[in-house]
Amino acid sequence: MSQVPANGRPLLEVDDLRTYFPVRRGVFLRTVGHVKAVDGVSFSIQPGRTLGLVGESGCGKSTVGRTLLRLIPATSGSVRYKGEDFFSYRGEELRKLRRQMQIVFQDPVSSLNPRMTVGNIIGEPMQVHGLASGSGRDEMVAGLLERVGLDPAYVTRYPHEFSGGQRQRIGIARALALNPNFIVCDEAVSALDVSIQSQILNLLGDLQKERGIAYLFIAHNLAVVEHISDDVAVMYLGRIVEQASARDLYSNPKHPYTMALLSAVPELNPRPRRRRIVLPGEVPSAVNPPGGCPFHPRCHLTRQAASDADATETAEITVGGTKLRVLRRCAEEMPVLEQKQAEPGHCAACWVTK
Amino acid sequence: MEPSAQPILDVRNLSVAFNSGPRQITPVRDVSFSIYPGQTVALVGESGCGKSVTALSILRLIPSPPGRVVQGTVGFGGRDLLSLPEPEMRGVRGGKIAMIFQEPMTSLNPVYSIGEQIAEAIVLHQRVKTAQAYEIAEQALRDVGIADPARRLQEYPHVLSGGMRQRVMIAMALSCRPQLLIADEPTTALDVTIQAQILELLRKLQRETGMAILLITHDLGVVAENADVVNVMYASRIVESAAVEDLFDRPMHPYTAGLFRSVPKLGARAERLAAIPGTVPNPAQFPGGCKFHPRCARARELAARAAAEATTEIMSDGESFRVPRRCASEEPLLREMEPRHWAACHQVAGYDEKPPTEPRIEHKRASVVQVDGEVTA
Ligand SMILES: Nc1ncnc2c1ncn2[C@@H]1O[C@H](COP(=O)(O)OP(=O)(O)OP(=O)(O)O)[C@@H](O)[C@H]1O
Ligand SMILES: Nc1ncnc2c1ncn2[C@@H]1O[C@H](COP(=O)(O)OP(=O)(O)OP(=O)(O)O)[C@@H](O)[C@H]1O
Ligand SMILES: [Mg+2]
Ligand SMILES: [Mg+2]
Repeated sequence: MSQVPANGRPLLEVDDLRTYFPVRRGVFLRTVGHVKAVDGVSFSIQPGRTLGLVGESGCGKSTVGRTLLRLIPATSGSVRYKGEDFFSYRGEELRKLRRQMQIVFQDPVSSLNPRMTVGNIIGEPMQVHGLASGSGRDEMVAGLLERVGLDPAYVTRYPHEFSGGQRQRIGIARALALNPNFIVCDEAVSALDVSIQSQILNLLGDLQKERGIAYLFIAHNLAVVEHISDDVAVMYLGRIVEQASARDLYSNPKHPYTMALLSAVPELNPRPRRRRIVLPGEVPSAVNPPGGCPFHPRCHLTRQAASDADATETAEITVGGTKLRVLRRCAEEMPVLEQKQAEPGHCAACWVTK
Repeated sequence: MEPSAQPILDVRNLSVAFNSGPRQITPVRDVSFSIYPGQTVALVGESGCGKSVTALSILRLIPSPPGRVVQGTVGFGGRDLLSLPEPEMRGVRGGKIAMIFQEPMTSLNPVYSIGEQIAEAIVLHQRVKTAQAYEIAEQALRDVGIADPARRLQEYPHVLSGGMRQRVMIAMALSCRPQLLIADEPTTALDVTIQAQILELLRKLQRETGMAILLITHDLGVVAENADVVNVMYASRIVESAAVEDLFDRPMHPYTAGLFRSVPKLGARAERLAAIPGTVPNPAQFPGGCKFHPRCARARELAARAAAEATTEIMSDGESFRVPRRCASEEPLLREMEPRHWAACHQVAGYDEKPPTEPRIEHKRASVVQVDGEVTA
């Protein structure tokens, strides 16, 4: 939602990033396969802008965030930060850069040290990086707590003394403490009631304007993502399947998975009428993904297209015991992320949509 | 539904206190609500208002010390859970009452595989052999939409994504066919298509087994589409309680109305999101009177039009303004303002004519919403 123009050098450029986890079996823990958690993801983020990242649970969003901050090693691909190869930094230089790149973790419980007070959780990194100490530090900590809507008197309390949403805000205050240029917000507002969520989102927007912070904003709440993001990427099984400006993606979704997502957003109405696109069959495995387009066994577009197409262009598949007819191409060939008609910069990986 | 039905869960006047540093706080005060078989009752409210502590107290899981129940009863199947001997209580937990915890990692054990944890729960509460428990566990994971359930059973919690952990907890809770499911933010880590699938699974179990659900969530869309009755909590008390249709049609408490206004809406593209002004009070320093009055737009408006002697000046977030005297001095109690609609606000029309009562709402929404079905667009 920033006004910063999308030109000039990106702050962050992610190119063909892959993160595979070995699947081990047996007494000798032999590697029998790989979970391709992230399988060729590319995007860039300008300073002062927000890229929203949405997708099915388990599709690799958190892994993207963690890999690009080097919290887990990449299998291949590159990340450039201010034009420099981030993966090549070592030692003191890396430590300095780390201050500029922060993350709000999806799971506040395991990311806050249970033996540290809130004051130390937020204040210690400031001290380590030489940003503040003594009473200056205490003042900054109090100020940060206030900004995330927590009573500054909480500094002496420990993480277990807080509610889920309060812990989440401690994580946000910690990420903001080091005055970063870039923050990965991984489900950073999911445990908050809508009013505090609005306050935090407004705060993130204000800080973006004040300091030009860029965000990678991972979330399942599609209305929140639409509000905060300049651009949005939709992931499915380790890949980006659609990417566009927030406006274009929401008003004119091109990928059938995006359409299914948007149709399933619950309405604020006890008597809803809208129908949702049901995805048949099981959630596919990231170890043995379906061949062709990974989405084809659950895709309503290819089924519709097949019913109008010449029989030679279609193929029969079995999903959850039912036989379905799909376009042969969808079942055999992996679609690439390509520009779709309509708006410039609106890309989708789909053989059916134009 | 016959009016003679008995609630499966009947929480009466529950208050819970914590020793927090030198002070005592009461994050749950005088909370009463009931859940009937087959009903879904939602508990919503601001972060830190006491929802999880309420849920944990029902199962006697609040850490003690520092926490303790200072007042109230929790009726379940005709007995008060709060006075049950601990060995019997252990049989209830994870058996007749199952819980999905807000933060999965607090209840998944990192050193046991997913399979071991689910199978153990199944063996404990159902008389089956381990091998059979694994089969039930595998099907339970499949039901919650987890791919490769057989492989996942052998994995450890840390390799799962946030939403997978949440679904493991759901699978574990449902595998014992509970009579009451306490679900604390069960779908926050799930995308909306899997969320819809899980909620459909819960409705199916309700139809088949009459399972009752206490649903704690911040997602008011999920509440609108799934709850029968909604309780709104603010600063450790229930301030509004109503059938879901009535609450969404006519919210009575200014806090509820403020929440509805704060929901981000698809396609709104607003520059700033609406929020209730001011900050949530720290339970160690709750304001006097109505706990919401320092943030209440209605109180301010009314005071501006009222005679000066009926109002009082207060300071909130560095700003001073007037509110009705009564709002600042006397805490309002729940009153049944309309049939099956309770609110605790001095300023709802007709408040003084009604006696304070505790809510018990046996409402079930007209039909289960059928939102499934393919769109051809
Ligand atoms: N340390 C690990 N070892 C092995 N597999 C892992 C590890 N971390 C993640 N995975 C796997 O990688 C895949 C992607 O996980 P990730 O946490 O990135 O998903 P996500 O998109 O963030 O999902 P959610 O929305 O549920 O949080 C999953 O199949 C997960 O099991
Ligand atoms: N162990 C504890 N010691 C002291 N205070 C606690 C403890 N656990 C919770 N509290 C306090 O009790 C209050 C209620 O917490 P609770 O977890 O019930 O909130 P909640 O309504 O579930 O919020 P959220 O939506 O953020 O999960 C909070 O102010 C919290 O700080
Ligand atoms: Mg994640
Ligand atoms: Mg909670």
